[in-house]
Amino acid sequence: MSSETGKILTTDGIPLEESLKQAEKKNKIKAFLLVAPLLLFLIITYMIPIGDMFSRSIDDKMVTNMLPKTYKAMETWDGKELPPEEVFEAFYLDYKILVKNKTAGKLQTQLNYEKNGFKSVLKKLARKQKKFEEGNYKEQIMKVHKRWRNVEYWRAIKRRAPSYTYSKYLKGVDMYSNEDGKIVQVSEDRRIHRILWIRTVEVAFFVTLFCFLMAYPIAHLLATLPMKYSNLLMICVLLPFWTSLLVRTASWMILLQQQGIVNDFFVWTGLVADDNRPEMMYNKTGTYVAMTQILLPFMVLPLYSVMKTISPSLMRAGKSLGATPAVAFFKVYFPLTIPGIGAGCLLVFILAIGYYITPALVGGASGTLISNQIAYHMKSTLDWSFASAMGLMLLTGVLVIYWIYNKLVGVDNIKLG
Amino acid sequence: MSKKADFVKFDKVDKSYDGKVLVVKDLNLDIEEGEFVTMLGPSGSGKTTCLMMLAGFETPTNGEIFLDNNPISNIPPHKRGIGMVFQNYALFPHMTVFENLAFPLKVRKMSQEDIEKKVDKALSMVSLGGFANRMPGQLSGGQQQRVAVARALVFDPAVVLMDEPLGALDKNLRESMQYEIKHIHESIGVTVVYVTHDQGEALTMSNRIAVFNDGKVQQLSSPDKLYEEPVNSFVAEFIGENNTFGGEISEISNGTCKVKLEKGEIIANPISVKSVGEKTTVSIRPERALINPKDKMDNNQKGKIEEVIYHGDHTRVRLNLLGNSEFILKVPNSSQNLDIKLGNEINIGWNSHDARALDPK
Repeated sequence: MSSETGKILTTDGIPLEESLKQAEKKNKIKAFLLVAPLLLFLIITYMIPIGDMFSRSIDDKMVTNMLPKTYKAMETWDGKELPPEEVFEAFYLDYKILVKNKTAGKLQTQLNYEKNGFKSVLKKLARKQKKFEEGNYKEQIMKVHKRWRNVEYWRAIKRRAPSYTYSKYLKGVDMYSNEDGKIVQVSEDRRIHRILWIRTVEVAFFVTLFCFLMAYPIAHLLATLPMKYSNLLMICVLLPFWTSLLVRTASWMILLQQQGIVNDFFVWTGLVADDNRPEMMYNKTGTYVAMTQILLPFMVLPLYSVMKTISPSLMRAGKSLGATPAVAFFKVYFPLTIPGIGAGCLLVFILAIGYYITPALVGGASGTLISNQIAYHMKSTLDWSFASAMGLMLLTGVLVIYWIYNKLVGVDNIKLG
Repeated sequence: MSKKADFVKFDKVDKSYDGKVLVVKDLNLDIEEGEFVTMLGPSGSGKTTCLMMLAGFETPTNGEIFLDNNPISNIPPHKRGIGMVFQNYALFPHMTVFENLAFPLKVRKMSQEDIEKKVDKALSMVSLGGFANRMPGQLSGGQQQRVAVARALVFDPAVVLMDEPLGALDKNLRESMQYEIKHIHESIGVTVVYVTHDQGEALTMSNRIAVFNDGKVQQLSSPDKLYEEPVNSFVAEFIGENNTFGGEISEISNGTCKVKLEKGEIIANPISVKSVGEKTTVSIRPERALINPKDKMDNNQKGKIEEVIYHGDHTRVRLNLLGNSEFILKVPNSSQNLDIKLGNEINIGWNSHDARALDPK
């Protein structure tokens, strides 16, 4: 077909395709200019930060930059035995500058990540190095602390030589590369991240499920009620949207705490004893309840928009053809709502998997999610590269879910409104 | 097998949605087995409500509907075994044509073999043999319509209801579908209750037509009777074209009456008038009034031509006659040379039998 159209000429003798291109050119430029601000905005607010996050997460230049001479000297060292005198000298010179500039603390922290106990060794060296004499630094350093005779510590320094590392990603799944460069799991009592990942997926899954179970009838009502009532119901659904997230979370705290309204009610009805009030907050229950309520509209709206387009005569047709109401529902109505279910579930799941404020406030220790851990590293430990690595892992996870969804249901089937 | 005269029976059915207004008032209607009955009426006249009550999607507020002598008010729609064709086809968009047709058979737990046989038969009946694997969205409006008809018939229902099924089609397709549905009805002999507001459709297809207005059946009769012998002015007005004169009965004797108009007097056929002094509306079909009649007619009037509209096969002439400036004549396009020109005065004649004195408007 296209080879044929290539031969068609306009009345002026210009090939039709070319003529069409020229005629459309102006419109295309116009269209591009219209979306250009958005494109720019997306690049600035989305692409660049993600790129920055990625480079941060693998960036390991800090130690490399602090010990330039040492790493140069170490290039020829094979790491089997204690390094030669030049390495000791280079390390002494590098470290001296760091101590003088009062930036030795960072190096101490970083190397301590690599090898436990490195911090104290380095601190001692910082005190003692002032009295060092010129020459034979190997002897002098080894005299400061006996650990300097241990080749492990030098290997730890050498491991930080490359400017890039994936160790943060390993740490994100509770693994690390040990002294021999093998990737192994951290000891069992320190595997916190894996628990958090699993919990995050679990919470997101159940919140999505609860949202779906609650939203489906609401959306159905919204789509079938007469205008007068459906508008009112719609406002009820949207009301949470217009209330600050913090206010909503805080009101759940008021409701769910042990001396809270829900517990008071249970005690009043005699369901629970006054001295045995159940804990509904600062655990997973609190996270489930609050997050389900907050994310509910994101499920209702896509479902509603799909259900609105389903003609009521389809259900009637089903019934008139002899299907019981239940059969008509599952064979006719339900399959037609799948695009809305897909969109709603995807939306809620993705929002839930990265949820932060609500689990932080009502989650307690057993209800915090991976995003809280990311925030913790952003704010408290200032290990931004680790936070970036976990953020990217989360993003990758979301993209994988999206990909799987696309394979199973097809993104074309999504209907958001 | 004798046909039951009251296969479907509406018995004193009332219906109200809000408890204030009756949309259907005291409906009594018998439909014979195998008959094609059309409910015809303007929108809001209650015809669709009647259909929905028969299908089971609405319940009568009062009265009972019988299907083959069984009261069905308390039977849910899926147990009534009534096929239905909806206004917008209501084909299941996520199923193929085959699956759409197989749906009523599957819920009846038929074997796969029977299902395939029946679906094939139904599809060939609506001449869509090769379309079994298409999705409804890939079909044209007329094809979707035919699938909907086939789906309503495939499970051999006793009654098929059609709710303005041709409303969404264009004029040509609508006309050919009318014949197609009529032929299907004739060949399988199913009872059809058809709802439309299109009188042409009703006249073409039906055995009998029930004209609805204001929640009541105004007249139930065959298409020709409905057109020729309307029993009240609503039916006369609603079916076909109609010239009317409002007046008062001045004289009434066996078979004819005289109606006094504001200007002049006409002789008419008393249908729903009984005594002198009653108000009446006289209805005359445009084609029953002739220009310069050769035979003697008992009404002869002079009228002035106010408008001439050419319609191809006929010409419509608007006259001012006896004070009615909306009097329409249909003049067949023939070689007959008539002096139809704007402003001319012409002689108009009609028989008193064709001037029906009905209830006043």
